[in-house]
Amino acid sequence: MINSRFFNRSELLGFLALAVLLIVILPLSLDIFRLNLVAKYLTYAFVGIGLVLCWGYGGILSLGQGVFFGLGGYCMAMYLKLEASSVANTKIQSTPGIPDFMDWNQLTALPFFWKPFHSFPITLLAILLVPAFFALIIGAAMFKRRVGGVYFAIITQAIAAILTILIVGQQGYTGGINGITDLRTLHGWDIRTDHAKFILYFVEVVLLFGCIVAAQFIRLTKLGRILVAMREQEDRVRFSGYSVANFKIFAFCAAAVFAAIGGAMFTLEVGFMSPSFVGIVPSIEMVIYTAVGGRMSIFGAVWGALLVNFAKTSLSESFPQLWLFGLGALFIAVVLAFPNGLSGIWADHVQPRIDRLLSSRKSKSVAGMIADGAPAE
Amino acid sequence: MLVGHQPKDFLLAVSGLTVSFDGFKAVNDLSFYVEENEIRVIIGPNGAGKTTVLDLICGKTRATSGSIQFRGQELTKLRENEIVQAGVGRKFQTPSVFEDLTVFENLEISFPRGRTVFGSLTFQRDDTVKQRVEEVAEMIFLKDRLNTYADQLSHGQKQWLEIGMLLIQDPDLLMLDEPVAGMSVSERAKTAELLNRIIKDRSVLVIEHDMKFVEDIAHKVTVLHQGQILSEGTMEHVKNDPKVIEVYLGH
Repeated sequence: MINSRFFNRSELLGFLALAVLLIVILPLSLDIFRLNLVAKYLTYAFVGIGLVLCWGYGGILSLGQGVFFGLGGYCMAMYLKLEASSVANTKIQSTPGIPDFMDWNQLTALPFFWKPFHSFPITLLAILLVPAFFALIIGAAMFKRRVGGVYFAIITQAIAAILTILIVGQQGYTGGINGITDLRTLHGWDIRTDHAKFILYFVEVVLLFGCIVAAQFIRLTKLGRILVAMREQEDRVRFSGYSVANFKIFAFCAAAVFAAIGGAMFTLEVGFMSPSFVGIVPSIEMVIYTAVGGRMSIFGAVWGALLVNFAKTSLSESFPQLWLFGLGALFIAVVLAFPNGLSGIWADHVQPRIDRLLSSRKSKSVAGMIADGAPAE
Repeated sequence: MLVGHQPKDFLLAVSGLTVSFDGFKAVNDLSFYVEENEIRVIIGPNGAGKTTVLDLICGKTRATSGSIQFRGQELTKLRENEIVQAGVGRKFQTPSVFEDLTVFENLEISFPRGRTVFGSLTFQRDDTVKQRVEEVAEMIFLKDRLNTYADQLSHGQKQWLEIGMLLIQDPDLLMLDEPVAGMSVSERAKTAELLNRIIKDRSVLVIEHDMKFVEDIAHKVTVLHQGQILSEGTMEHVKNDPKVIEVYLGH
């Protein structure tokens, strides 16, 4: 019947290729500075995986994934900042024991919503639950009212803009435009050393493969097929007895959680979090990575995040003015010419050739065996 | 005629149903009753409000006033998916199937199990599901096309697939909007045969223009005109009604 295995052959190949690249080739060939850059690129792959489910499969285009990336990142940053702001470290402040930017803004006590972030387990839970809850509220408000398509995309952009303005405006509570900086240790472990960066890279790769497997699991359940069905014929799904809004909310929440994991890893890898990763521009860039990699392919999203960011770093070093135009042109080119991105090009042009090559060799060897066996009969 | 009957004696009781779009009453104070195992055909000229009536029953359009009772349950207050779960199935005029999924997957989605988010995450494709899908696929002449993507099917086959998707839902009331429109003569005959088989043990509400087809299947015919009932009764009665000849059949 229909493929019942978890990964089909080409997906397994894709999984292994990615594993070899990320676990063996890159750590062996790159210095720690470049490897840390790769780690930074990979944080966007988490967002991409979420977008594949939500946008590629479910047809829900969110132009505000930076919100969830940021929420995950800020949750992690709040924990790290509190740890860096021990009474001993901050004894020159007028109120010791609170983050430095609060002291600069004349706050004299830790705000109530910062207090839970003293605890590491609560922080980990918050990284997953805060974005999921936020997505649930947005999703319920929009999808229950049947707001969809372009309107939904515009509203997510507005939310990204609002959150940025809120963070920048509430300097005393959020660190303002500078974000939360000067992060030092995670549960007493210094995250700024090369050794820590090396370990964090592998933690991130493991989490990434965990997310790939989780996304693949969702894709293969009936829920994954309902997402595809919903993208095409929303009414038919509704009149097959499903609450379309609930399925959209689920896809949006799942995408939010994936993005938040990426955001939390970003804070650990880069050592700070700021509103410049929350707003409209980064949110759209995240969609572009996914579109370039292929919005229907989980692996494509990872490759898209890696390749576009690599291009961004190399090109923006030489042509800082031109990079944004290049990115925009890339997006238009992909949407017009290759709607399924790199993975679509691979599946349409490269994969068939490999298959043909393999099958011709196989048939040759079968023919050889028959020829060998014939005289014996 | 209906005096003394309580609406709950009927499978479907539509009474005083009105919907107005910006003042235009597409359906105007409409009342009709469908019994268990009855096949009712709705005919009428274009714009008479036939499709709107189906839209109102299945919840796609909200009624301005009036009531729709299904087995004593008020449908006008329910959401579309709740109406489906109550036992009402709807086929649309243009075939609406999931083209990026296979015939098997199309039918499987309509199988009435695991309809919540978590139910669909834990849904297992077990033998019951496979058997039922194969059974239905055989009825709709698509047994050897189970692994075909629906976008590869012909127009007629898509119509059958959608009928199959309704069948697997096992509704008590099946609503079909022009099921043979756009079909070839041989497909039409096969569809009539298919419908005759699936209408057993359930009530069916059909909109159709093909008079030959209507005569073949209808128990009772309701003629709509400008959102109101012009005539109702057996095909014989309706055909000889001068009002019907005037506005519809005479043309």
